[in-house]
Amino acid sequence: MTEPVLVLTGVQKAFGALKVTDGVNLSVAPGELHALIGPNGAGKTTLVHQISGMLRPDTGSIRFKGQDVIALPPEKRARAGLARTFQITSTIPSLSVLENVALGVQARASHPLALFRNAARDESLNGPAWVAVEAVGLSDRAHVLAGRLSHGEKRALEIAMALTLEPAAILLDEPLAGVGREEGERLIALLRSLKGRYAMLLVEHDMEAVFALADTVSVLVYGRVIASGDPATVRADPAVREAYLGEEG
Amino acid sequence: MSIASPSVPAPAAAAAPAKRRPVVAIVLFALLALLPVAVSLGLPSHWLTLVTRAMIFAIAALSLDLILGVGGLVSFGHAAFVGIGAYATGIMITEGRGEALLILPVVLGLCALFAAVTGAVSLRTRGVTFIMITLAFGQMVYFLAQALSAYGGDDGLTLYERSTVLGFDVFKNRIGFFYVVLGVLVACYAVISVIVASRFGRVLRAARENATRVAVTGFHVGRIRLVAYIISGMIAGLSGFLLANQTEFVSPAYMSWPRSGELIFMVVLGGVGSLHGAIIGALAFLFAEDVLSGLTEHWKVIFGPMIVLFVLFTRGGLVGLMRKLGVGRHD
Repeated sequence: MTEPVLVLTGVQKAFGALKVTDGVNLSVAPGELHALIGPNGAGKTTLVHQISGMLRPDTGSIRFKGQDVIALPPEKRARAGLARTFQITSTIPSLSVLENVALGVQARASHPLALFRNAARDESLNGPAWVAVEAVGLSDRAHVLAGRLSHGEKRALEIAMALTLEPAAILLDEPLAGVGREEGERLIALLRSLKGRYAMLLVEHDMEAVFALADTVSVLVYGRVIASGDPATVRADPAVREAYLGEEG
Repeated sequence: MSIASPSVPAPAAAAAPAKRRPVVAIVLFALLALLPVAVSLGLPSHWLTLVTRAMIFAIAALSLDLILGVGGLVSFGHAAFVGIGAYATGIMITEGRGEALLILPVVLGLCALFAAVTGAVSLRTRGVTFIMITLAFGQMVYFLAQALSAYGGDDGLTLYERSTVLGFDVFKNRIGFFYVVLGVLVACYAVISVIVASRFGRVLRAARENATRVAVTGFHVGRIRLVAYIISGMIAGLSGFLLANQTEFVSPAYMSWPRSGELIFMVVLGGVGSLHGAIIGALAFLFAEDVLSGLTEHWKVIFGPMIVLFVLFTRGGLVGLMRKLGVGRHD
């Protein structure tokens, strides 16, 4: 197997006496879709926050593309190609879909903060933004304000924003949460179309989607990874069945 | 399909929205430019002084709108920049250095420095804390000016001449000065408009709504806000330079916290974040003040409730009201 793009070793985080992340080891190889599942309160989102730099682990290391990123703030990790989406959709409501996506293109442009250069008509930003907008199927919504999109469309927009970072890895925090069946199927198809091209860490509750998409599944319970492996093995693991899948029936 | 592949033409079904045109601002500037003509045709000349003063405050309100309206940072110490600009101007004129080309670099430099230092501290906070810290910094400068006994202290400093430009007394002529102020106002509006529409401006606007998203997209939000804060402070300093020249007097009252509050109100009155709203708000504020203070000496008793009612009943300020009435529906 090739060198993993994202490696977590012994990551620990406690809020007071509560160990939300308890010695997590985890790695994602290039092109691998690694699903992270676990019951509510298992610490999945907290872990994603630590990988993206919004929270700092107490101990342990997070290596991205071979470099320790523990000390890097979120914006530096993003510029290095570590993209993420949020459990609660996070877009810029008063900017259009295209502008939201162009923001990501801009972050990687040669003058990301040019003071006097018009942004809305800048083809060097809009061109790549269009590609990402089309990749997630939002072309005919490109000039709609992000705040006016449906929930599923916002999810797709977030993925487009992540793609513009030319990411080496994408962290997807419950991209299907709260999305209806039809839009959910569209998003699953979108994730499948991205599979193999990006390393992805997918936090998700929708078991059907997880077992259909994932190359590897890790199960997080009370901050610990209790099982990790290919979907069939994990599904058959008795500890997993007891801790998690059992309650889903 | 790779994300890095070259530009793909936009599908016809999703044509880009029409380019924004600053119709309201252009009409406004044209009307202002005609005022001296109206005065020569019989409008009371008092109007010239009033509108000049209103335009000076419009520059300060405009600069505040960049951080408050566009950046979402409610600074309650913005009058400090006006005061620093006015004091630097007043002191230099008193010391016989009245040349504008000497004063302006000092004014802009001092305001940039003050903004950089206070911004670096205050921008670490958000919300009410930010309001309080900016207010505290503003009051700090206010008390500093009071303590400047060599330059009038509490009583303020009377100026016996105005600045010269390249040695010419451009500012002495009331109409000449009017057009200088109008020119500065138009230039500031143009510069801020360009900044808002720029790459920098887009990130600033985005950070107002969702700073976390902007950070995980790869931008250092704090640094962007600090740059906006510095630009805003420098433009406010410019209005202080003009104010000292118009009133031929500078006083600590220029930077007291109620002044900062008035600037916020001008922006809210006009309509937050639209830029031309800040100008309209400043003009409306000074007109209302002028008219009401002519009626009774207790004019603030009328003005206060008016402000409250206005904020309650007109969402989006005067610009929002105009849009409701069908004026300036260009965006």
